Amino acid sequence: METVSLNNVKVSEAPDGIEGAGFFATSLEKAVGMARKNSIWPLPFATSCCGIEFMATMGSHYDLARFGAERLSFSPRQADLLMVMGTIAKKMGPILRQVYEQMAEPRWVLSVGACASSGGIFDTYSVLQGIDRIIPVDVYVPGCPPRPEQIIDGILNIQKLVESESLRRRDSAEYKAMLNKYGIE
Amino acid sequence: MEQTTNTSALSDIPVKEEKQYSYLNLGPTHPATHGIFQNVLKMDGEIIVEATPTIGYIHRAFEKLAERRPFYQITPITDRLNYCSSPINNMGWHMTVEKLLGIEIPKRVQYLRVIIMELSRIADHIICNTIIGQDVGATTGFLYLFQYRERIYEIFEEICGARLTTNIGRIGGLERNFSDKAWDKIDQFLIDFPIAFKEFSNLLERNRIFMDRTINCGPLSAEMALAYSFSGPNLRAAGVDYDVRVMNPYSSYDEFDFIVPVGTQGDTYDRFMVRQQEMHQSLSIIHQAIAKVKKEPSDIYRADVPEYVLPPKEDVYNDMEALIYHFKNIMGETDIPKGEVYHSVEGGNGELGFYLISDGGRQPYRLHFRRPCFIFYQAYPEMIKGAMLSDAIITMSSMNVIAGELDA
Amino acid sequence: MEEVSTEDKIITVLKENFADEIVNIESPYNFLTITLKPEKIISIIKFLYDQERYQYLTTLSGIHFPDQKSIVVMYQLHNLFANKRIRLKIYLPEENPVTSTLTTVFPAANWMERETYDFFGVIFEGHPNLKRILNVEDMIIFPLRKEYPLEDQTREDKNNKMFGR
Repeated sequence: METVSLNNVKVSEAPDGIEGAGFFATSLEKAVGMARKNSIWPLPFATSCCGIEFMATMGSHYDLARFGAERLSFSPRQADLLMVMGTIAKKMGPILRQVYEQMAEPRWVLSVGACASSGGIFDTYSVLQGIDRIIPVDVYVPGCPPRPEQIIDGILNIQKLVESESLRRRDSAEYKAMLNKYGIE
Repeated sequence: MEQTTNTSALSDIPVKEEKQYSYLNLGPTHPATHGIFQNVLKMDGEIIVEATPTIGYIHRAFEKLAERRPFYQITPITDRLNYCSSPINNMGWHMTVEKLLGIEIPKRVQYLRVIIMELSRIADHIICNTIIGQDVGATTGFLYLFQYRERIYEIFEEICGARLTTNIGRIGGLERNFSDKAWDKIDQFLIDFPIAFKEFSNLLERNRIFMDRTINCGPLSAEMALAYSFSGPNLRAAGVDYDVRVMNPYSSYDEFDFIVPVGTQGDTYDRFMVRQQEMHQSLSIIHQAIAKVKKEPSDIYRADVPEYVLPPKEDVYNDMEALIYHFKNIMGETDIPKGEVYHSVEGGNGELGFYLISDGGRQPYRLHFRRPCFIFYQAYPEMIKGAMLSDAIITMSSMNVIAGELDA
Repeated sequence: MEEVSTEDKIITVLKENFADEIVNIESPYNFLTITLKPEKIISIIKFLYDQERYQYLTTLSGIHFPDQKSIVVMYQLHNLFANKRIRLKIYLPEENPVTSTLTTVFPAANWMERETYDFFGVIFEGHPNLKRILNVEDMIIFPLRKEYPLEDQTREDKNNKMFGR
């Protein structure tokens, strides 16, 4: 078994800035973005088969905790990222909406699997054809179920969004207009 | 009436004591509910007095969906019933259609199916037992044994290409023969898994804390279990040895030598131990099946009934007859007999039955799934009456209720 | 080994006690299936429970035959002692499918009857809690009946021409 040396560990790069003796000046957005992206607290909203693939992603083989998502929060008040994994039926829709509304800004939504993104193979009277009918979604991960590598790819895309987000986005008029389209205040 | 300032008069006043109950909403989204179903618990302090379950939060209308799809397209939706052990559902469906069409499956294919079904049974029981451990507080088992579920997934990938929702096999056999790599992986799994399983057993089976926590937690008598139509490990933990593999053997299970483990009290500890023992028995069955497969000619992987079974692709491109049969199968020009048939297999949670009515067309007229989780979850409010809240949580996780099978 | 097979024995016993309730007897794929008149079905099942030890209810479901204008309720029982299964079917009229509940004999029938009510609209008299179980509570149609489509009809973003409908 090969030993792991510290040379193999990739450390996050510091953002661009001006360095000097005892100080480092950069823009606040970049520093906050870097901190936020490496410490996302996800809320696993696992309903069906994609939830089992998520359990495999959290296991030691595909380890999601390496990306900072070690602490899963089941309370929406303490979570940053809502990961919706699995089929959402119309009966479940209001509950998903309630969970989303309880999350504090900034919040992101990752829709894992075909059923959450678009209803999947279940084009029936009882399945909600995509969660973007009731809540705004940031990243979609296709697959039925997606492999753990794809779920991690989705998380990495969320990290890119988190890193590059402007600090004023959540107060801007366009964001408020988008939320109004969904009926969320 | 005299007015006295005697304080002892206060004790003469009749006091009507009223119990105040509180209502706790457990679910549908809750870290401890494995799947989405809701229970509104009426509680007297910490003791549960009554529970009202609500299900249907993941109702996907499988039975209606099946009326729109030809037989071979229904296999992917049977995957999503008990998604922790999807190959068993697939095999059960294939056997139902083979019963309807009257197809005789060669022995080697039956033994290969047994290997696939027992591997998925091990995968299902790994999830259930490690999650019981996690709900009780012992997370180590989950982290260590899930590694072996990855090995089982790799074996399924070698056989059919998918990990979880496998769509494994075809009506009439399998889609391709097991490759050498698949056999190597199965052999390696049979060497490595028992070691890790022994570590997990040592961790929990005779652990003082685990036993104190789970013995007498959610007990179930055999009479109540039979009255509520339990089946599978939950029924066997209550003391009744009803196993569909023994009672109505299918896919040559009657040639295998295995024990059906039975508990005594039907509590959480018994359900845990029954599943542990079933994993041992599954390993033994896989060993026996591999020995039996070696004695059969090694190139058979499907029945030779071209009217119902798709011919191999190489023949379709080169041989006229194969092309005609392929066309007839896919376009639904073959004669499907009319009739009604019921077939059941021993799923991870009990008797998984398929009731199929065919009217001669390519799609079923009516397909009804007999789902074990739906039937035994009815007894959950009875089982937790008088228990404390944390006991109710591990009772639910030891029953292994899978939401996909509950709502279908 | 008995000279008379258990299947014939059951048929004889039923004919002795409930001869005018039997409509049809057949055995598709070696599974004894008896069609009965709906009035006395619960007493027949209770008789089979007490006398013939069919004490396990495997499943209960509905089937809709629009060309015969009836909804069938199908019961499957299992005698675990002798390993014998039996299927009983009753035909109810489509406009008014009403029958008695089986929960007095088998507590397991509780949710199974609720599911049959939810999908087909069969009313089980005497059921303790006959509400919808899998669909949303305020649904007005019974979706598994043949006249209702599978897809959600309120969608406006799907182009039916592309989906071959």
